[in-house]
Amino acid sequence: MVELADYSGMVLVAVKAAPSTVEGWVNLAYLVAAVLFILTFKLLAHPRTAVRGNLLGAIGMTLAVGATFFDPKISQTTGTYSTIAIAMAIGAVAGVVLATKIPMTGMPQMVGLLNGFGGGASLLVAGAELHAGHSDATPPLLAWDQPIVATALSGLIGAVTFWGSMVAFAKLQEIKQFQKPLVFPMQQALNALLGVICILLCWWLIADPEAWYAYWLLIIVASVLGWLITAPIGGADMPVVICLLNSYSGLAAAATGFVINNSVLIIAGSLVGASGIILTKIMCKAMNRSMVNVLFGIGAGDAGSTKADDVYAGKIKSAGPDELAMVLESGHMNVLLAEADVPYDKLKEMDAINPSFPQTDVAIVIGANDVVNPLARTDPKSPIAGMPILDVDKARTVIVVKRSLSPGFARIPNPLFAADNTLMYFADGKQAILDLIGALKSA
Amino acid sequence: MDLMTGLTIFVLSVFVGFEVITKVPPILHTPLTSGSNAISGITLIGSIIAVGAAFSPASGPLGFLAIVLATINVVGGFLVTHRMLSMFRRKD
Repeated sequence: MVELADYSGMVLVAVKAAPSTVEGWVNLAYLVAAVLFILTFKLLAHPRTAVRGNLLGAIGMTLAVGATFFDPKISQTTGTYSTIAIAMAIGAVAGVVLATKIPMTGMPQMVGLLNGFGGGASLLVAGAELHAGHSDATPPLLAWDQPIVATALSGLIGAVTFWGSMVAFAKLQEIKQFQKPLVFPMQQALNALLGVICILLCWWLIADPEAWYAYWLLIIVASVLGWLITAPIGGADMPVVICLLNSYSGLAAAATGFVINNSVLIIAGSLVGASGIILTKIMCKAMNRSMVNVLFGIGAGDAGSTKADDVYAGKIKSAGPDELAMVLESGHMNVLLAEADVPYDKLKEMDAINPSFPQTDVAIVIGANDVVNPLARTDPKSPIAGMPILDVDKARTVIVVKRSLSPGFARIPNPLFAADNTLMYFADGKQAILDLIGALKSA
Repeated sequence: MDLMTGLTIFVLSVFVGFEVITKVPPILHTPLTSGSNAISGITLIGSIIAVGAAFSPASGPLGFLAIVLATINVVGGFLVTHRMLSMFRRKD
């Protein structure tokens, strides 16, 4: 492991300069945690080291949290520690339950939900510190000073992150009211106006830290803004949006670090913020999306212009099992495939498999929708226009296993299902394949 | 820690963040988002300090809720990432 060796020298140097105060030891632990977080990012970006990377991240977090208990700022009363322990126990149980109970298919929205919680926590910490500054026990907050500026930013970014993430979660969870992208006239103008109001409220709070209500007003307006910039974006783009919101939650954490003067919050927060922007860019490129549109919540146009009935009317051929070939959904969703126990080395990337479809006798599509929609190639006005897709429609026969004709995340009909060379097999994916194998064996 | 020290740490960390990931295979996009999401739960430390140093009646409950949310973010985040990644392990 070359990466570890690179940094171990640095850690050794730090240990030799052993601190003489408790605060020094806490800060040293924070430094080690920061190094572990950097390694986490490096290792998570490669398939062979990703599991180890995630483990190092968890170790770093445990170390940082453990060290915080010794922070001199924490009052040494038993009540304080038990309050913290109770809150953490509640959070840990909820976290474990959420993370282990949801099915693999629910992973993308789960990440969105968790991310929202992080943003929410940041805005609450900034709020708590603001109110603490109003008591007699702490020095008052000064206008235009670092803590109050950071408080305003933490609240603004935290609220946008929280509500943006909740909307993203609702869309991917397929909650009815959120499925259709919310598009209305003057939308960009309204967002800009709300943005200006947010800046003015920040200004007010920073100029007059006594005006704590300005903070909560800011939270309300920023919440509406977070909601409105996520609502017009279609479900197919949600993984990119979640990645971007993740970057925001990092920035919110970094701002919180400036509120409470804490180095590990600043380091970890800005690492997440910066790498999140890069990852968003990489994902936009992989999915052929415009980063500017995702940044400013510009919707993909009217997805409802093509009616499902026009596309499907009288053209759907339902079929039973016949032959077997595997088509695998690629891109951000292929993590889900593993649930079907598909070995990693049997997975083919889109670019590798696409040229062979014209020579393929039968392509079997299981569950996929938007990523096999030929409109991405043929209709420049489609919300998914230009998105890389699997060219399964070029195979001689296409068998689509789906439970119904319900639309995918992009909420648009798919002409593939009505194509002459397509047979629809309406069934649950797993059951369909089991039946199909059974039929083949008895044939 | 004065403002200049904080800003120095911030700017340098942003550059590290820009450099630390270059090429990511599509298969790792979701796990990487999820893992860095868990790290953004670092705000848990801020929440603990907010509760621990609570001087006003209002900062206690706000901090308490912050700890709960941030802990869900951290614990859930690392577990979900681990679950995704263990799916890719070769069965041998």
